[in-house]
Amino acid sequence: MTSAPLEAFRAETRAWLEASAPEALRNRPDGELLPCRGGRKWVFQSQAQRLWLERMGEKGWTAPEWPKAYGGGGLTPEEAQVLREEMQRIKVAPPLESLGIWMLGPALLRYGTEEQKRTHLPPIVRGEIAWAQGYSEPGAGSDLASLQTRAIDDGDHFIVNGSKIWTSFGDQSDWIFALVRSEPEAPKHLGITFLLIDMTDPGVSTRPIKLIAGDSPFTQTFFDNVRAPKANIVGERGRGWDVAKYLLQFERQMIGSSPTARKEGVANLALQTLGREGLAREQALRADILQFELDAWVQAIALERSRDLAAAGTLPATLSSLLKVSGSELKKRRVELTMSLVGADALDAESRQAFDWLYWPASTIAGGSNEIQLNVLAKRALGLPGA
Amino acid sequence: MALVLTEEESILADAARSFFARSAPVSAFRALRDSGAAERYSPALWAEMAGMGFPGALIPESHGGTGFGYVAAGLIAQEAGRTLVASPLLSSALAAEILLRDGDADQQALLPGVADGSRLIAFAIDDAIRHDPDRLSVGAFADDAGFILDGVKRLVVDGSAARTLIVAATSQAGPTLLLVNVETPGVSVEPLRLIDNRDAADISFSGVQVKASAVIGRPGGASAAIDRALDVGRALLSAELLGCADEAFDRTVAYLKEREQFGVKIGSFQALQHRAARLHMALELARGVVLKALRALDAGDEDASLIASVAKAALAQTARRVLDEAVQLHGGIGVTDDLDIGLFLKRVRTAGDLFGDDAFQKDRLARLAWKI
Repeated sequence: MTSAPLEAFRAETRAWLEASAPEALRNRPDGELLPCRGGRKWVFQSQAQRLWLERMGEKGWTAPEWPKAYGGGGLTPEEAQVLREEMQRIKVAPPLESLGIWMLGPALLRYGTEEQKRTHLPPIVRGEIAWAQGYSEPGAGSDLASLQTRAIDDGDHFIVNGSKIWTSFGDQSDWIFALVRSEPEAPKHLGITFLLIDMTDPGVSTRPIKLIAGDSPFTQTFFDNVRAPKANIVGERGRGWDVAKYLLQFERQMIGSSPTARKEGVANLALQTLGREGLAREQALRADILQFELDAWVQAIALERSRDLAAAGTLPATLSSLLKVSGSELKKRRVELTMSLVGADALDAESRQAFDWLYWPASTIAGGSNEIQLNVLAKRALGLPGA
Repeated sequence: MALVLTEEESILADAARSFFARSAPVSAFRALRDSGAAERYSPALWAEMAGMGFPGALIPESHGGTGFGYVAAGLIAQEAGRTLVASPLLSSALAAEILLRDGDADQQALLPGVADGSRLIAFAIDDAIRHDPDRLSVGAFADDAGFILDGVKRLVVDGSAARTLIVAATSQAGPTLLLVNVETPGVSVEPLRLIDNRDAADISFSGVQVKASAVIGRPGGASAAIDRALDVGRALLSAELLGCADEAFDRTVAYLKEREQFGVKIGSFQALQHRAARLHMALELARGVVLKALRALDAGDEDASLIASVAKAALAQTARRVLDEAVQLHGGIGVTDDLDIGLFLKRVRTAGDLFGDDAFQKDRLARLAWKI
């Protein structure tokens, strides 16, 4: 949809980006620069990265669609899309990648108190506070609602004990939003509270998790008599499952999105590594590449459609589950093919391709395994009966 | 434009759906097939469709059409797919596309007849067992009077009902489109009996003399017109395939909720739930690409041709897979002729193959997008 005001906004945005996006952060190969995650412990990779975060944070464009009252950009979905397009046009890295923006923000905007919004949202926008997510536990993976981290009532506080696993950047985060069991006698979905916990509390500690890919951003996080004020409950006490479910769709979107740009697809990689003649001698490989490119193309269009549906307010609730399954499976096929196309060089233990290949199997597990998503689709989208 | 239907488009799709549900249910197609009639479509239904303005969807009002556009034509094809409507809708769209683009005034005078359904024009493109429009074997040899046509066209859609043909031939100058009346001496139409009971014919041309005025556009200059017609055909077939697959899938899900074994509904078994969920996923992904292909044609986007191939490849695969699973999930009854699923299976095979199956489209994309 194009309209005169939107085109005016595009022109302004383009001019502002041209003036404000540091040259050093434009047109860099994917993965060359560490994305800025912000927070008190973040060490900027360069002065350009710091400047870019400050400039975008000041405009609220790290969270373009959040209300201006909480530091956001106050943009309409259409304007936010224009901003994304204009950033893509100059291929500038996003200024900030944070769970605060992706996940906690939407939860607070929907369920948070006015005070919680005013306290927590602006520092997220400016990248000053980094948030971690505390959902899964060693004994609660696919069956997340069986979580056992205990929050004992202590007047105007909870005392929290237990452990969370798969905390991304747990050691680098300042706060954690966690699901805790506040009412152990209640049915399992009804005894859970969504609680904000300050990780500087001396009872919080983290331990790194080493993966098949090597070092990882994941930690296990331990809570040992951690005191958290009840003012930090998001939504109602005991109804944290509603907030968690609401948030999970954003997590699925995050995992299922990141479309494969065609120029970065495997066909172009094949041309680089094997060349036209080499590829012509590898007809079976060529066939796999073409099927991948077809499916990636379809996925990219499906993502475009889901954005349009969201903008029109008619996004089916189950579409994020669906795109998470298709997107994550595509990602795994992509890294498999990349291994084949880079061949011997990819088998080097230090290679970027080997790391990706070993890392991406996590995408079909994280955020609710794909099998769980298929359950969701069968029940919610198709109305098939419970087993 | 957004990949969401506008209100106007939704209204048109709803109107088409209720029209076909009322006037052309699957039972009507089955009855026609079982009647053994030589006609592969119902002229009465076609007249009704013409009354709705469907055959003229791509023809502007100045030429007697409704000028609905590609998205609308696709929505009509999609809804027609839901009830397996057999009609010359696709041929009419392609004839309109070619005549509007390259036809001269005399040739465009045929358009009102196409729009009101009275004139059937078939597009004779394939001349091998697999779609290969870059290697046309039917020859158009220039002589003093015009051209002599020689060769055989295979699987001409609506080829037995059509009285007029648009023949894609190779002349010395290159690919050439010619308007040929089937009554012309030397033209021989051999009606086919296809698995999906749709109208198609093999048509042979033996020393067929046509006038120079029969050429649409310029002799040797038909490449772009052929490509464009095929793009439109691929997008419309994708839409029809989506409708077919949607309907077969809906019926399958209903069956999973109704059929009991081991004392429970079979749809409560996770093994089947996950298969159904994966089909749902494939269909939702397909929905976007079909609409994108149609929107790209309406907008005249640069990549419309590529997206048409993406859509055709994706929908040929998706519809085939949905129907394969639909048969399996119905169990024994799924392979009986009594159940309509088999009718969908057959149509999906034919529509998936027409104007290039998924393998063809992937190779085409490889050549156009990456030159590999």
